[in-house]
Amino acid sequence: MNDLRRVRISGKAVSVRGNDIDTDRIIPARYLRCVTFDGLGEHVFEDDREQLRRSGQLHPFDRPEFAEAEILFVNKNFGCGSSREHAPQAIMRWGKGIKAIVGESFAEIFFGNCVALGIPCVTVDEATAAEIQALNESAPNTVFTVDLEQMKLVADNGKSWPISLAEGPRQQFLQGRWDSTAELMEADEEISATAARLPYFNHWR
Amino acid sequence: MGKTLYEKVFDLHTVRKLPSGQYQLFMGLQLIHEVTSPQAFAMLRERGWKVRYPHRNFATVDHIVPTHSLERPYADSLAEEMMRALENNAREFGITLFSPETGKQGVVHIIGPELGLTQPGMTICCGDSHTATHGAFGALAFGIGTSQVRDVLATQTLAMGKLKVRRIEINGRLAPGVYPKDVILYIINQLGVKGGVGYAYEYAGQVFDEMDMEGRMTVCNMSIEGGARCGYVNPDATTYAYMKGRPYAPPPEKWDEAVRFWESVKSDPDAQYDDVVQYRAEDIAPMVTWGITPGQSIPVDGVVPDKSQFPPSEHSLIEEAYEYMGVKPGDPIKGMKIDVAFIGSCTNGRISDFEEIVKHIQGRGYKVAPHVRALIVPGSQLVRDEMVRRGYDKIFTEAGFEFREPGCSMCLAMNPDKLKGREICASSSNRNFKGRQGSPTGRTLLMSPVMVAAAALAGEVVDAREFFGIRGEKGAQS
Repeated sequence: MNDLRRVRISGKAVSVRGNDIDTDRIIPARYLRCVTFDGLGEHVFEDDREQLRRSGQLHPFDRPEFAEAEILFVNKNFGCGSSREHAPQAIMRWGKGIKAIVGESFAEIFFGNCVALGIPCVTVDEATAAEIQALNESAPNTVFTVDLEQMKLVADNGKSWPISLAEGPRQQFLQGRWDSTAELMEADEEISATAARLPYFNHWR
Repeated sequence: MGKTLYEKVFDLHTVRKLPSGQYQLFMGLQLIHEVTSPQAFAMLRERGWKVRYPHRNFATVDHIVPTHSLERPYADSLAEEMMRALENNAREFGITLFSPETGKQGVVHIIGPELGLTQPGMTICCGDSHTATHGAFGALAFGIGTSQVRDVLATQTLAMGKLKVRRIEINGRLAPGVYPKDVILYIINQLGVKGGVGYAYEYAGQVFDEMDMEGRMTVCNMSIEGGARCGYVNPDATTYAYMKGRPYAPPPEKWDEAVRFWESVKSDPDAQYDDVVQYRAEDIAPMVTWGITPGQSIPVDGVVPDKSQFPPSEHSLIEEAYEYMGVKPGDPIKGMKIDVAFIGSCTNGRISDFEEIVKHIQGRGYKVAPHVRALIVPGSQLVRDEMVRRGYDKIFTEAGFEFREPGCSMCLAMNPDKLKGREICASSSNRNFKGRQGSPTGRTLLMSPVMVAAAALAGEVVDAREFFGIRGEKGAQS
């Protein structure tokens, strides 16, 4: 059995700056024409990356110094818009795979999709976001640890910052219960009982 | 102390509290489409699971279908593959599929209500963020991801936390030429695209009491653009009248029982809310977005705002919007040339949306401006059939609009309907994100269907009230 617990996640980081980065930007709709999630990683942020290349710049996901990143730093309302799970699926399949996201805030459906995939999205305040993004950009080899037990983000230069995560999802990660189907299936009788009390359950017949 | 509809429906559907502190919530109805379901069915198959309650799941195809022809196989082989996967999955797992052959296919959030599947007091989910639409009936309806689609197929339940409830009360009367689309764009402008994170929105007050069902759907549809995962209107006589006689609505002998149930889930008069905001209908004008989020909007006679009007943390996004859209502070939105006009989507692809436009163009000899490509995309086959029955197809075609087959079309451009290059599209859809309409540099101006129609005819953004001479009459709803 794989250990599904997510207690401490360590790795190098990459920062994608900006508020309200929507899931259409994370994975453009044309890549949703698929019946599996395989291969989405290479198209993550594709249009943003292409636009920057054309103007002679490189998106953080194209810069060699961030190629080994496993933690993503973002700002406010990351992942807003479409519910497409293809967005976190693409992020977790890029490079070595992003395993945790630290940001100022997250859109709700995106956050829930990440929980279902075992990717904690933890929040920090605006000043912390600015500080860790600056540190990551100036020293890309810095290794960060997202510690869900101590609820802090620690850099290998000794600095640390408090992080937040709602207690429900935090426990899911700490207890390895984020892969929810098995747990939901346990409540077999309670599910039947709930169905039985819904007047519309059999189309009012 | 009274309860809100949100609390009552949540409690009724709670299976149990989970060890994590979240709730296991029963989903009364799951709607399925071709884009976010194939991986969910594949996981079910891998693990050898069945669909627990096939009769509480319904599927259709909308995102990838071409709108110029329904002929199979589709020219896009990936689209064909997705369509086949959905057909196989529905057959294998015993789920009803409203495919084009049934005559009932359409955008998932259009067909649920029109078939009577969507009902008050239900929990409804779908792998699509605009599931919030169904809240118009007093249901708790929200978008989910593919792993959660799998969970609902296998157990008909989800793990969820409880949301807070914000009551948004708008009193007064909308002025003529101001529509439900303007109401929701105004709300998002006021509360911001992140303002609703952590909340369910309860829309209330005279404006919603007097609004028809299709208008309520337009408003609830875009709750998610304000960050709220779901939004709802308490059910009332308008709701019940809309539902009566629809294929999946309660049969006559059960109708009174159903109404009693629906009445019982309404928010109590003394319900407590986590937040209440109030606006005045008179303050709402036809809205147009100028930027790259649905919150970046202005009244049609307004100008692109200066970034100094926003907090510093928003400045980089505002600058990005100026650059992407090719606008600068102080520019009027009126007079902006458009290349494409799109009328359709789960936000505004219903019969009343087209009816309201026809009211203004019929018999007046208007033509779409020569440089504009204008698409009319009905939300469903039933909407399209009704349009043909009423002769709208001819009215639109004679005015130079293309009259298409139903689907999501250019709202997100997963099918062949796409913007090219930096084209500007006046659109009745819901998102003006960068690249949303199929060109990585394409630009979207969100507005009401009547405003889109006026822009198509004028070739540029105009105030539809001036263009069509809308005044005096009672504000119709679209």
